[in-house]
Amino acid sequence: MNLLEMKHIRKSFDGLEVLKDISISVKEGEILSVIGPSGSGKSTLLRCATMLEHIDGGEISYLGEIAASVKDGKELYVKGEKRKQISSYFGLVFQNFNLFPHYSVMRNITDAPIHVQKRAKAEVYAEARALLKKMGLEDKEDAYPCQLSGGQCQRVAIARALALNPKILFFDEPTSALDPELTGEVLRVIKSLADLKITMVIVTHEMAFARDISDRIIFMDKGLVALEGTPEEVFDAGHARMQEFLGKFNV
Amino acid sequence: MSLNVMLRQLTMGFGQSCLIFALTLLFSLPLGMVVYFGRVSRIKPVSWLVKIYISIMRGTPLMLQLLIWYFGPFYLWKMNIGGYKFTAIILGCSLNYAAYFAEIYRSGIESIPKGQYEAAQLLGYGKSQTFLKIILPQVIKIVLPSVTNEVITLVKDTSLVYSVSYIEMFAVAKQIAAAQTTVLPFVIAGGFYYIFNFVVAWVMELFEKKLNYYH
Repeated sequence: MNLLEMKHIRKSFDGLEVLKDISISVKEGEILSVIGPSGSGKSTLLRCATMLEHIDGGEISYLGEIAASVKDGKELYVKGEKRKQISSYFGLVFQNFNLFPHYSVMRNITDAPIHVQKRAKAEVYAEARALLKKMGLEDKEDAYPCQLSGGQCQRVAIARALALNPKILFFDEPTSALDPELTGEVLRVIKSLADLKITMVIVTHEMAFARDISDRIIFMDKGLVALEGTPEEVFDAGHARMQEFLGKFNV
Repeated sequence: MSLNVMLRQLTMGFGQSCLIFALTLLFSLPLGMVVYFGRVSRIKPVSWLVKIYISIMRGTPLMLQLLIWYFGPFYLWKMNIGGYKFTAIILGCSLNYAAYFAEIYRSGIESIPKGQYEAAQLLGYGKSQTFLKIILPQVIKIVLPSVTNEVITLVKDTSLVYSVSYIEMFAVAKQIAAAQTTVLPFVIAGGFYYIFNFVVAWVMELFEKKLNYYH
């Protein structure tokens, strides 16, 4: 069974069709990268998968449970407890972190596990400290986001998402708001998660990174999946549009 | 009249000014939040009514509003308004200030980036949790300087209740000045207002400093 299944997803903004009948699936433990030019619909795809945007057509399911479907213009989104349960399957790391500025690093990470998931405080704190250590931020637990660099903020955001123990973690261009110097430290952290066999879907412009880390890559263009396969298949396929896109990155 | 007697009378009047000030704040600060929710309500007639209410409250003088709140019930329904004056004052001031506070809250709430709501949603916070834990604390920090402005204005606006012949510090000062033909009570009353506002500004600055642990 696929962890995530998106079938025939369509999404328009003000008459502009951003996703045109896209289907993707993600298996448990898999790392999928989504690449493609700006405006190709990559971020929208993630925002639909995480239910931040409502789809105009298609069906989204997690572990075989339908989370959202639109048929004949009738929109069905799960509600109540079921919604909570399905939402707990996934986490999202935003491009611009979206940390809570009035909370310390520790509270950013622990508040949701304690007050949303109602887990024991001591256990959550111990787990958060372990996560911070993994992120190389063990000395920052009392700092506030405004005192951190962009790279450090993004690592806190990753820890915050992981603290809820999601089954799948989405990354929406996690390094696009960072300068090149800080990009490396965030990519290293994401790579270290790959070793833990956490299922990840990563929207990125870091081609070398995507090639290196992914089990599978999707190349999106104009709201469609233009190419899909292993990193070798996608990067060496000689696909015309893909080569044109890669040419701009000199990979 | 000795300075001592004058001071005692003005101080008693000042007590009334403080009472009006405190009660108005007590009611208008939370009421402003209710008005804000009405202003942004998805139910169109509600948001329209609230918009009209805010427009009238801000568009007409508070003194005129006080006169209407106090004398209106008598002219309209021949209500006996004896003993109703203080209620009318608190009602008029609170409803007027709530309109201003609602707009201040709105500016603060609308300045919170959408990403904060999205992050909260992804972390599983419910709507009320998101508002109370994530949004409101940030809004308070943002609106504090504007609220300080309003609070200082309110201290001075308490003097407007002399228009319905309520005896507070300003009315006392006017009476003494007229009776004794001296400007001294006005100077003393001015001193009271100034010192009170100085304290208000100082307290609000402490709050601001306390919230300065992040930006």
